[in-house]
Amino acid sequence: MRFLFKTHYDQDVRLFRHGGQVFWYGLLLAALFVAPWLLPDYYVSQLVFIWIYAIAAIGLMILVGFTGQVSLGHAAFLAMGAYTEAYLHQHGWPFALSLTFSALVAGITGIIVGLPALRVKGMYLAIATLAFGFIVEEGVARAESITGGNAGKAIGSLEVFGLPIDSEQRFYYLSLFVLVLVVIGVMNLLRSPTGRAFVAIRDSEISAQSMGINLARYKTIAFALSAAVAGIAGALYAHKLRYLSPDQFTFLQSIELLIILVIGGVGSIYGAIFGAAFWIAVQQFIVLAKDWLPPAIAQQTGLQPTVFGLILVAFVLFEPMGLYGRWLKIRTFFQLFPFYRKGLFRRQKSYMKSERLK
Amino acid sequence: MTPLLTASHLSVQFGGLKAVNDVSFEVWPNEVFSLIGPNGAGKTTIFNLISGLYRPTAGLVTFEGEKISHLAPYEIARLGIARTFQNIELFEHATVMQNLLVGRHCHRHTNWFQDLLFTPKVRATELQFRRTVEEVIEFLELQHYRDSMVAGLPYGVRKVVEVGRALAMRPKLLLLDEPSSGLNVDETEDMGFWIEDIKHDLGITVIMVEHDMGLVSRVSDRVFALNQGEELALGTAAEVQSHPAVIEAYLGGADEDDVPAGAGAAA
Repeated sequence: MRFLFKTHYDQDVRLFRHGGQVFWYGLLLAALFVAPWLLPDYYVSQLVFIWIYAIAAIGLMILVGFTGQVSLGHAAFLAMGAYTEAYLHQHGWPFALSLTFSALVAGITGIIVGLPALRVKGMYLAIATLAFGFIVEEGVARAESITGGNAGKAIGSLEVFGLPIDSEQRFYYLSLFVLVLVVIGVMNLLRSPTGRAFVAIRDSEISAQSMGINLARYKTIAFALSAAVAGIAGALYAHKLRYLSPDQFTFLQSIELLIILVIGGVGSIYGAIFGAAFWIAVQQFIVLAKDWLPPAIAQQTGLQPTVFGLILVAFVLFEPMGLYGRWLKIRTFFQLFPFYRKGLFRRQKSYMKSERLK
Repeated sequence: MTPLLTASHLSVQFGGLKAVNDVSFEVWPNEVFSLIGPNGAGKTTIFNLISGLYRPTAGLVTFEGEKISHLAPYEIARLGIARTFQNIELFEHATVMQNLLVGRHCHRHTNWFQDLLFTPKVRATELQFRRTVEEVIEFLELQHYRDSMVAGLPYGVRKVVEVGRALAMRPKLLLLDEPSSGLNVDETEDMGFWIEDIKHDLGITVIMVEHDMGLVSRVSDRVFALNQGEELALGTAAEVQSHPAVIEAYLGGADEDDVPAGAGAAA
């Protein structure tokens, strides 16, 4: 086990806590860098989906995992980003600019959706965001001049700073690059006053405001950032699919994102990435499994939702901390070997909370 | 000398219940001012009025001569009023360090966009915040728990962490809501020492709600006794304790002794 002897406050503030982390993350990044040359195109394409879903999940994580607000309409922010990007790309905007603008449009929508969050909580906020999701889905289908309506909208080939993104490999690097930027941005937030204010609001609104945190302001920021990151994911999604239609941004997509968070582990960036990877991997596994399953099962409609439902139930029952929690346990097991004991991660009883001010 | 905080003719009504009724008092700089009274006397309500969680129905609160009873809780916190809660309201899924750092929130000079990019200015403020927080950790002897999650800490330590979080704000006025509730004898004694140190070493004025009369008489300069939202007595701990109205509120008056035991049980 590694003991850190801190001699400077900087050690608390920096992104990597010790040399070991620099080494392992460096190795991971190197592996991801060579992956597209070693893997067949199909798998590279699936990895791209993981990166895009991970970005979207990180967006939702800002809101759900860190600020403790609910959103059942996050697919709508994906749609805002995707269609803004499609529209601007069609009108010849350079990618860097149109991507920023897509994030901006989604972010501003996030502020508007966040307004009810200043007044309502829990279930009511869930309903408000759910309604917003449906409004956008319907709006996209109707605004035919911009979105192509139900007939859909095709997106032309992508070029970044004069470099055509015409292969899976190139798009892989592009989306990985965006993911890394998003991860660094969110990690920056979390180690600064803004991120701590989010966590404070999540854990106790009453004491957060008594510590000088303006609840309205920080909830709005959380909604805006969450939506903007989802918008970035949406923009990449548009280029990945090359074809957009309203039925890609339904309520089910919002639920998918939430399931990814629960499976990955609510409350950490790892959780969002693990969840996205798991989500795509299991989908692939189901497709492969259909070949050797008895036809009576393989031909069933709704096989995939059933499997995901079962997985979700299993996680909620056996590993509420998600994949990230499992990873923490495995890591601790090896760090403490042979002294790991089963109750190490068991939650302590929580003390009575004040209900008098609510 | 002007009072640090005044409450004048403060009243608050919840429906038909007058929780606080025409209460006035002044708190002088660098004193420990205790609010005592039986359950439901309105002590915590007065705290909530001062920190802006409730609005008074009548009367006003001033801090350093300025009216504050119309401000939002976060604005009041920024003026330098920190508080703790009766039933600990810590950020459970964060470390002690992070909890104390939230206490520095109102001293930040950066916005969310600078935070997103983690500019050198953000880094400099973070390092500065840590210095202040380390001073608080040393003051309250929390070194051992610095990086522990609050969710895993024993009750007594959480109570101290909550005081620490309030102190990290470097407030001018500290409101302690039952600092000794749930603490054992040793921990209560430590809390008493800390309150004295907060007053003498840090020069922070303290208003405290407390039931433990031992602690109250040890640390308080003045004690304000309340019952059913109304003032009973104001003075030193000894004066208030021997005040007939206070004795009546806690032990019951002569009249009640005349009521037959059966009638008392039925009520």
